[in-house]
Amino acid sequence: MNPMPASTIWFIPLLPFAGFLINGTLGRRLPRAVVSTVALLFTAAPAALVAWLWTTMCTSGAPNTIESVIRPYGYGWIAITGFHADFAFTVDHLTLIMLGVVTGVGFLIHIYSVGYMAHEEGYWRFFAYLNLFMFFMSVLVLAANFLLLFVGWEGVGLCSYLLIGFYFKKASAANAGKKAFIVNRIGDFGFLLAMFLLVVHFGSLDFSQVFTDIAQNPQWQQQGAHFLPTICLLLILGAAGKSAQIPLYIWLPDAMEGPTPVSALIHAATMVTAGIYMVARCHVLFNSSPLALSVVAIIGAATAIFAASIGMVQHDIKRVLAYSTISQLGYMFMACGVGAYAAGIFHLLTHSFFKALLFLAAGSVIHALSGEQDMRKMGGLRTRTPITFWCMSAGVFAIAGIPPFAGFFSKDEILYRTFASNNPLHIVLWLIGLATAGMTSFYMFRLWFKTFFGEPRVDPHATAHHSIHESPWFMLLPLVVLAFLSVTGGWVGIPAALGGNNGMERFLDPVFTNGTAAEAVAATTGHALELVLTLVSVLVAVAGFYIAYVFYYEKPGTADALAERNSRAYAVVKNKYWVDEFYNAFLITPLLMFTRGILEIVVERGVVNGSGQAAGAATRGLAWIERKQISGNIRSYAGWLAIGAAAVIAVMLFGQSMWGHL
Amino acid sequence: MNIDHIILSLIVFVPLAGALVLTLLPDRGKTMQWAALAVTLLTFVLTLHLPFHYSYASHPGGFQFERNVPWIAAPAIHYHLGVDGLSMWLMVLTGLLAPLGVLISWRAIDQRKKLFYVLFLLQQVAMMGIFVSLDMFLYYAFWEMSLVPMTVLIATFGRSEKRRRAAIKYFLYAFIPSGLLLAAMLWLYAQTGTFDLPKLAALATQHAISPNAGALWIASLGFLLAFAVKVPVFPLHGWLVDAISEAPTAAVMVLAGKTALYSMLRFSFAIFPEQSHRVAPLMIALAAIGIVYGGLLALVQNDLKKLAAYSTLGQLSFIMLGIFTFTIAGLDGGIYQILNESLAGAAFFMLLGLLYERYGTYDMRQYGGLAQRLPWVATVFVLVTLSIIGLPILNSFVGEFLILSGSMQSPFAHHHLLTALAATGVILSAAYMLRMIQRVFYCELGPKPQAVAGWNLDAREHIALWPVVALFLAMGLCPSLWMRAIDSYGASMADHFAAIHATPPADPAALQTTSPQTTTGGARR
Repeated sequence: MNPMPASTIWFIPLLPFAGFLINGTLGRRLPRAVVSTVALLFTAAPAALVAWLWTTMCTSGAPNTIESVIRPYGYGWIAITGFHADFAFTVDHLTLIMLGVVTGVGFLIHIYSVGYMAHEEGYWRFFAYLNLFMFFMSVLVLAANFLLLFVGWEGVGLCSYLLIGFYFKKASAANAGKKAFIVNRIGDFGFLLAMFLLVVHFGSLDFSQVFTDIAQNPQWQQQGAHFLPTICLLLILGAAGKSAQIPLYIWLPDAMEGPTPVSALIHAATMVTAGIYMVARCHVLFNSSPLALSVVAIIGAATAIFAASIGMVQHDIKRVLAYSTISQLGYMFMACGVGAYAAGIFHLLTHSFFKALLFLAAGSVIHALSGEQDMRKMGGLRTRTPITFWCMSAGVFAIAGIPPFAGFFSKDEILYRTFASNNPLHIVLWLIGLATAGMTSFYMFRLWFKTFFGEPRVDPHATAHHSIHESPWFMLLPLVVLAFLSVTGGWVGIPAALGGNNGMERFLDPVFTNGTAAEAVAATTGHALELVLTLVSVLVAVAGFYIAYVFYYEKPGTADALAERNSRAYAVVKNKYWVDEFYNAFLITPLLMFTRGILEIVVERGVVNGSGQAAGAATRGLAWIERKQISGNIRSYAGWLAIGAAAVIAVMLFGQSMWGHL
Repeated sequence: MNIDHIILSLIVFVPLAGALVLTLLPDRGKTMQWAALAVTLLTFVLTLHLPFHYSYASHPGGFQFERNVPWIAAPAIHYHLGVDGLSMWLMVLTGLLAPLGVLISWRAIDQRKKLFYVLFLLQQVAMMGIFVSLDMFLYYAFWEMSLVPMTVLIATFGRSEKRRRAAIKYFLYAFIPSGLLLAAMLWLYAQTGTFDLPKLAALATQHAISPNAGALWIASLGFLLAFAVKVPVFPLHGWLVDAISEAPTAAVMVLAGKTALYSMLRFSFAIFPEQSHRVAPLMIALAAIGIVYGGLLALVQNDLKKLAAYSTLGQLSFIMLGIFTFTIAGLDGGIYQILNESLAGAAFFMLLGLLYERYGTYDMRQYGGLAQRLPWVATVFVLVTLSIIGLPILNSFVGEFLILSGSMQSPFAHHHLLTALAATGVILSAAYMLRMIQRVFYCELGPKPQAVAGWNLDAREHIALWPVVALFLAMGLCPSLWMRAIDSYGASMADHFAAIHATPPADPAALQTTSPQTTTGGARR
């Protein structure tokens, strides 16, 4: 195989950027067919490049990393005396997985969008933004230093803002975009501070430099250097913003205002996983701080169960999926927090398949119903949209953790690793994870039954002029591919206990070098424990399925009756624990009131402008005294002169010593 | 003929000659606009000579294109001009903004055009003069000269009946502290017998300006106050909001920031290194507060110009924060950010100006849904917003990143907390800018766009705006092009400060006040 020059990896982000430039500048005047062809070509090419990269890097004896640096004019990107940051990319096995997800799933979603957006205005704008997103996301996963990662990090946030607010005439969409950006900025604030501290303590933002320094200075950790945990905690704030974890998850449900392909690409498969990617990328840093790792694990577990509980009572099909995404991201966080990075990335991979599938299938359902998103007005769609139904079923079984679908293997790996890490805290986390698995299974089958089974509850007026129809092939083809991946995607990481070879973990070993942990854990606990735990989680998933079956298929109405009986608890969950309201009442409103009341009236009008006016009044007062002095009386002038002279002499005599002590 | 010796004089006096020509030309049709455009473009081309012939290899921190001839024998006043890494790009920037200002005033100013463009050119002369003068006396002449055209521009061409009040306020705020500057300057001359900046700076390095530490302190505060009011620094910004609200777009583009920040770096830091260092903790605290204060107040404004004014206050506070850290990153980032803030601010004000031209109001609530009507305006507006909020790969990110990482490294007390406080500026700027974008461009059509047709960008406006947007990207992707010169200044300045701290002064009285224990506490006295 002829070796590829390392600089080829620059085409992975730059091609979509070219697509963005073409569609962004000329798209308005181009026919739709040309716009979509450009968008598809410039995402297919990087996907092909990544496929080639896979084949070259996975041959035996190939280097574990490829690096490439671009220096315009012979200088770095930001180069000042004492600090240097480059446009530097690096590819290792972790990046390969991320690139595969980004370009592969991204390309499928581009295909889907051609069909889904066919009737929308601003078609060119949509594809321009989508290509721009692919550019920034590729930069994010390819970056070899924190600063370039931050370029992608902020850039995907920008695209998210633009695409959530795609229907900008709708106030709710414009608001949701703004909220997403600002909440993400709170996370970015943490990320930025972490970078500044890294510059102070390491003098560099290169991953290799920072991580080598940490590895070579184990005394930092032993002596309890406070800067490592601080940096980690600030990075966690950043990750919580991007990956929608407590306390910054609030933007993601609102982000569903964007077109459905956007929800699938950005708010399920790729962008929201950036936080998990970042934590995994910085595993050396996080491993140096047990405190930070525990925080990651606790935030993850808490978010997982919290979001799952809200997901159980939502009626909007996309919102159910949004809360489910938050919950699954919590799983991945938890995996990273217990040090099982490979398991977290494994779940990231399978999740990108089945969650993208679920969103796209939901989009297909919404498309069939001409825009209806409320599950109470669906039902019985199994026969009307059969291909969508079968594809969605694959996704639902995958996320619910039914073997041998993809989600089962990755989720089970996380739960097992959490349980087996010999830490009392982690047993609690495992219980939470298990409960979440049951809830996930319940709300996903709830969605499945409500949408596809039972009596059709479709509003006859809404769809009168438009019969319920299966989606065009442009939309169905990506569904079928993703459904296939949702079934088989987990087989790359079948654990040894089930007769596999832990393929995923082995693949990522060069990245998370202390991969010996996998064997160590297995050796201490044995396969028996793993099999028992697997059985437990399968039983929990089946229980979730059974409850949903009873509630929404066998005896519809049971759920409503239950909600009636526990109306208070139901109201709490139904209103999403009033978190948005809490933030509004206790953070935003007081801040604005303080600004309007204290800052604007007291400080700005009173002190800042008032002091100017006071100075003016004082001047007038002095002038009045001055007028009194200018009396025309010679003797009075002489007196003033004498006083003045005395003052000058006094200053000359005593001034020196007085000022000397100033 | 070697143009290097006269290039600076040309840059300063071409606009002056242009202003004279304009007074002689008849004010008919578009004569004034074309003439002013020609003069400003010529000046801009002349400023471009500097970066192309700047010697990056020569002694860092030294002046180039120097011209030093005696002007008046007694008192010893020289015609001393020169540029270094600090001032070079500021001159190019000033050169670039002038033709853009003419283009954006093309239609907006239709009465008393001759007066407007003559004043505009005189303002240009004053700013260029400030950037090149290395003789304090010469500098002071240009500094005072910069006040007059601006005051008249605000008083004559302001948009509402409050313009006179705003003009007087601006003048008094700027003029009174200038008196302190003059007094301090004369005191310096009395002590040293020179107005020459490089000589004064050399004396300062040897702690040889004056044995009287107290008087030195008072003189340094005179300098600092005159510049801080003009920047403006929180809480001395009382004039800013009124002046920005009233002044015509072309004047607002050059109103705040760069001349005063430059003067602070050039004169306060060079002549009073010790005192500047001591006052730094206070200035850093004020800067951090100013960032948050500006951001919060911008968040609650409904008037677009007021919003922009508070945004400007916040952005300028970032620069103050950077330069007063006395770290290389902070100084480099601060100077780079002067360029970024000026460019982004100029584009922002141009956009607000052209909205006003179309709809006759700055009230945000009157707008809404403009993205449907004016897609190009919306596109450029979003790009300018992204620059202001510091999106990576655009220019301001580089500046803000360096400033904040410099302040994290700074040796002063509480710098971690103050850096964190200042960094909340990135949240606030996103909040107020996106709020504005939403109110003006998104949602349903507002009352004004429904009533008035408006029109998308015309060719002249495209020409005025796109170069700035292109610069955002260029300066974000290849900051090294600009940073080479700036870093030569920043690095030598930071070394200079370190060296001054390493060598104790000879005078025992001064020694007492510079002992390490009081280094950070000095400002609190």
